[in-house]
Amino acid sequence: MLRIEQLSLALPYYPRFWRRRFATHLDQLSFSVTAGSVHAVVGASGAGKSLLAHAIMGLLPKDAQLSGSCFFKQTLLDEPRKRALRGRELALIPQSLSALDPLARSQHQVNWAARRAGLPPSPARQAASQALAHYQLDERARRAYPHELSGGMARRVLTAMAHVAQASLVIADEPTIGLDPAQRSRVLDALAALALQGKAVMLITHDLRHALSIADRVTVMREGRCVESADASAFQGTGQMLESAYARALWQALPDNAFNVDTEYAEESRFA
Amino acid sequence: MLEACQLRYAFHTQPPLFEEVSLRLGAGEWVGLSGHSGAGKSTLGRLLAGYDEPTAGHVRIAGQRLPVKGLRPVQWLPQSPELAVNPRWQVARVLHEAWEPPEALRHAFGIKPEWLNRPVRTLSGGELQRICVLRALAPGVRYLIADEISTMLDPITQLALWQALKAEAEKRKLGVLVISHDAALLGRLCQRRYHLENARLHAAEHHQLP
Repeated sequence: MLRIEQLSLALPYYPRFWRRRFATHLDQLSFSVTAGSVHAVVGASGAGKSLLAHAIMGLLPKDAQLSGSCFFKQTLLDEPRKRALRGRELALIPQSLSALDPLARSQHQVNWAARRAGLPPSPARQAASQALAHYQLDERARRAYPHELSGGMARRVLTAMAHVAQASLVIADEPTIGLDPAQRSRVLDALAALALQGKAVMLITHDLRHALSIADRVTVMREGRCVESADASAFQGTGQMLESAYARALWQALPDNAFNVDTEYAEESRFA
Repeated sequence: MLEACQLRYAFHTQPPLFEEVSLRLGAGEWVGLSGHSGAGKSTLGRLLAGYDEPTAGHVRIAGQRLPVKGLRPVQWLPQSPELAVNPRWQVARVLHEAWEPPEALRHAFGIKPEWLNRPVRTLSGGELQRICVLRALAPGVRYLIADEISTMLDPITQLALWQALKAEAEKRKLGVLVISHDAALLGRLCQRRYHLENARLHAAEHHQLP
C-alpha cells in the first residue's frame, strides 16, 4: 500500500540571525506498509516518528528539504498528490487533541470529515452516525464539544473521522498517550479493526509493549534512521531473533523482560 | 516515616472518593500504588504531598504535620510535566527553582547543558519529565510521589530514568511511592504494593521481580 524508499528530511534552523543551516531529521528511511496490516513505528522521543507521518501526509513547512520517494498504491506520492489524497485516501490521527475544532460538536466534526471525503450531505450524515456508533460514542458524546470529551473519547472521535474518510492508509500518531489501560485497549482495538477491513494502519508510538498487541510488523527508529524492520513475532524471549542491538535493548528494557540493557550498550543508549 | 491515618476525601457533598485509607511509607522504601483510573490514586498522592487537604484524617511525617510554608518534604511528580512548569520559562529557571543540582546529577539524568537556555516548550515530554524529577530532588525532600511519571517514555528512556532515580534515592534514603498501572514495573521497583479499589486501600499481593 505504502512504500517508502530512501526518505531523508532536513529542516532549517537559525544558529544566528541571517544564517541558515539544515539539520537532518530523517536519514534514508526505507520500509513498506501492506494493506490489511498494522505497521508499528517505535522509537524514543525525538527519533523523527511524527515528522515521518507529516512527511507522508505532506504537512511539512515549505522550507523543508525532502528527498527520496514514497509510493502509494504503486504510484509515486508527490506533493500535489499528497494534497489531493489527504483527508480522502490518506488519513492522519494526530497526536494533539487540539486538532479537533474546539467550537464543533463531535457529530459535526465527523460529518465534516465525511463531506470532505466527497460524500453528499445525507449519506455523509448517515456514515458519520454509523462511525460514531462503531466506536461506541453515545448520544452524549456526539453532542459534546472537544473540551467535554475524555482523552479516550476524543481519540475515538478522531479515529471515527479517519474511518468515514474511507482512507486506505491511516496513520495514528501516539494514539494511546495519556490513556488508562481500558481506554487504551479500546483505541488499539479500533485501529486493529481498521486493518481487518483491509486498510493499512501505521501506528506511531513509543509504547513498544502495547504496540505489539496489535502490530504485524514493527519498524524501530532511532535518531531519524530506520534501525530495523521485523515481524512482531520477532519480539519474544531475549530478542534473539532481532538483528540490531538497539531493537534488542528496547525489548530487553521492558519491565516484563530483563528491565536492563547490556552494559556496553547502556552507556551509549542512555538518554540517546 | 510518612504516615497517612484514616484519610477520607470527598468532593463537596458527593459520596467520598475513598475513606479509611491508612498508609505507611518508610525512609528508603519503595512502595507501589495501583488501581483503576478514577479510583483516586492521584488524589491520594496529592494529599500525601500536602497539595490538598483530606476531608478527614491526617498525614504525618515523622509524627509531625506537613509544613505549610517553604519547601515541601514530600514532592508530588505529576504524569504530565507540561502542566508542572511555566511554558515561557527557560529550562535553567525551572531546574533551579528549588535548588542547583550538581553537574554529575544532571548528567545522570541525561540533561544536556545546551537545553538550559532553551524555553521549556521546546523540549519533548520525556526530556521535560527528567527535568521535573531532578528539580524535585532538592535537599530537604524526603519522600517522592511518582504519579505515572514514565508512561510517556520509550522502554530504554524509562529504564534510564528509574535507574538514575533509584541510585539517588538509595544514596539519600528517599521513600518513593510509585503510582502506576504497570504491574511489571511495580514488581521491578517496589518492595510492596497497595491497591486502591472500591473507595478502600488494601495491601495487595505483590510479586517482586529480581
